[in-house]
Amino acid sequence: MPSCSLSTKHKQPVRKLTTIRPRSGWHWLNFREIWEARELLLVFTARDIKVRYKQTVLGAAWAVIQPLTTMIIFTVIFGRLAKIPSEGFPYPVFVYAGLLPWTFFANALSSSGNSLVGAAHLISKVYFPRLIIPISSVGAGVVDLLISTVILLMLMVFFHVPLTMHILAAPFLLLGVITTALGVGTLLAALTVSYRDFRFVIPFMIQIWMYMTPVVYGVGFIPEKYRWLLMLNPMSGYIDGFRAAFLGKPFHVMSLAFSACVSCVLLCLGAAYFAKVERRFVDVI
Amino acid sequence: MLRGTVGVIRGLFSEKRNIGVFLSQFALTVKDLSKQYVLGAENIPQQTFREMLTGLAQNPLRRLRRLQGRSKQQETFWALKDISFEVRPGEVLGIIGRNGAGKSTLLKILSRITAPTTGEIQYHGRLASLLEVGTGFHPELSGRENIFINGAILGMAKAEIRRKFDEIVDFAGIEQFLDTPVKRYSSGMYVRLAFAVAAHLDPDILVVDEVLAVGDAEFQKKCIGKLQEVAGQGRTVLFVSHNLGAVTRLCTRAVLLEEGKCVLDASVAETINTYLSSTDTCKNEKQFSLLTDKPVQLTGVNLVQHDERSPIGLHNESFALDIFWRVVSWPLGSYICVDMLNSSGQCVIWSCDISSVAEMKNERKAGSYKSRVTVPSNILSPGRYYFTVAVYSPETGIVHDVAERTVSLDILDGGSLLALLGVHKKVLTAVQPIWSTKLIEEYPLKTQKAQKPEVAETVQ
Repeated sequence: MPSCSLSTKHKQPVRKLTTIRPRSGWHWLNFREIWEARELLLVFTARDIKVRYKQTVLGAAWAVIQPLTTMIIFTVIFGRLAKIPSEGFPYPVFVYAGLLPWTFFANALSSSGNSLVGAAHLISKVYFPRLIIPISSVGAGVVDLLISTVILLMLMVFFHVPLTMHILAAPFLLLGVITTALGVGTLLAALTVSYRDFRFVIPFMIQIWMYMTPVVYGVGFIPEKYRWLLMLNPMSGYIDGFRAAFLGKPFHVMSLAFSACVSCVLLCLGAAYFAKVERRFVDVI
Repeated sequence: MLRGTVGVIRGLFSEKRNIGVFLSQFALTVKDLSKQYVLGAENIPQQTFREMLTGLAQNPLRRLRRLQGRSKQQETFWALKDISFEVRPGEVLGIIGRNGAGKSTLLKILSRITAPTTGEIQYHGRLASLLEVGTGFHPELSGRENIFINGAILGMAKAEIRRKFDEIVDFAGIEQFLDTPVKRYSSGMYVRLAFAVAAHLDPDILVVDEVLAVGDAEFQKKCIGKLQEVAGQGRTVLFVSHNLGAVTRLCTRAVLLEEGKCVLDASVAETINTYLSSTDTCKNEKQFSLLTDKPVQLTGVNLVQHDERSPIGLHNESFALDIFWRVVSWPLGSYICVDMLNSSGQCVIWSCDISSVAEMKNERKAGSYKSRVTVPSNILSPGRYYFTVAVYSPETGIVHDVAERTVSLDILDGGSLLALLGVHKKVLTAVQPIWSTKLIEEYPLKTQKAQKPEVAETVQ
């Protein structure tokens, strides 16, 4: 039997054994697999960043123009006309410090929500841990965030707002925002695969969420007895935290800790739902 | 020796000891693999979020169960049923079968794109699947950037891509255009670059779909050459193709799928023979089931001679192929084409519904269509012919729908000279070139006389 001799001739060292089995119901994500795909995650993120401003005249300047314009509009409407108090800081700096994490969060939600449907072609042709698609679209926003942080620092110089040691907390706050964005983003991405309704729900949701978050107003604007409601929204904790970090006002440690807990719950929820429906994507998309 | 002992000890402590021993002689085992699809329910957009919410409010439990696809009322369909086979390291296994036989489903499960319903697949090492070339290419990015993206998607590490970069560029022959966005590439360059990346994957097991169907003849030859090289290095290759010629050349064994079942697992020659003879009863008409997700779909094919459906034709009479198809949304730059293959699988005639490149920009409205392809008399020589009809976008290489060897026709000799004289000369076509013979100059008798003895001599 020639085939038998073939098998001995090509006997290879023991390689990784992979088993493909039917899976259904709830099960946990394969973290090792996601870790192994980290290079692909970086590639996807880099691709999203590179492509974002391709064939635009202004290029990366859009990352500056967008938040700056929003800041000016908000300053005029909420600062000048509605006269919303800004906790003793110049309103432009105050609102921009809130807009900074919020814009990142909002972009992360909308891009990750549509990410799987946008990558339908990839999903139906090649296998990789699907989770890295929404993760990479969240990650791609970090560059824009860094650019707009520079603008904030410039605004602070312009309005004579001193930088304090509080700034050191910013990376941790960003981590919290990313966790929240990943949790909600993966959930939305998975839901959009089955229910395209979410394409219309997401922009709405982001808008409503923004007004429920102290972006244009400060936490102090909300009466004391309703403040616990604000705590349920992890973004309000982080945005208040960002203001504290940049503008040097005291942190609300309790609210931050609570936000962190809510974020982790959201991340688990998003990841669990994602893991559950992951295998079905290709049949539904 | 030491390594062997360690291996044995490790084997003893391994949980799946038996499987390990069992697998050692196989690169890949497929055991009782089945895949069930739920018809309609998930494709039809009835499952909107609103419906889910209202449904949840009305009858939460039943609704949830239904959403999870566990309702028994749904119509189901087994795309694969109890497939089992093994592949040894270094083997090149061909997987053949008609459309809808389950080949693509098998490939999708092998590539882990979709999960099986029951059964199990086990393999050793890295499995790479090429269901398509150029997956993840971004038109705005340069060739260089896309090599890295595509390589990463196919499972190559960055360092590995960097190491093979020059080789890839060389294979694709696109040095000058490395920094040009691929959207400016010609379709040929695009496919070459895409295949070049895939060809340098170096997996332990390579699963290849119809990727060879794209690109020009020379490039196809290069691709087959590369696959042969991969196979020659002792890697395991699973090759799915309609191109029986390529299967014969490449594969060492072949599996025939029919209606989701594995009907034959034998030598390439035997499997191809069985496959061809299974289509042997001449089918002169064929209707296709409708799947809703295709932008263009073939709905039926008939063979017609003298306005009658007929499985037999005469070579000196014309016949026609009626193709029925419907368009939901026309993919721009596509055409309907017909391959007429002879009994040895060679394509004798290829034809499509447009006659110039400019016509490829034509749009087709949504609706159902009938195309009649008339083949004039005296084209096909006597024999059996198979017809493959496809909707194809040459620029993207996407086959929107294909009905492979869907109908066949026996062309009988309608009284040609060759038949009359009993000359068993195998000719590929019955094309009758136009002869016109006339006497240019009549030689005087004297010349004929001078020649005659010479002829006589040679005869003697």
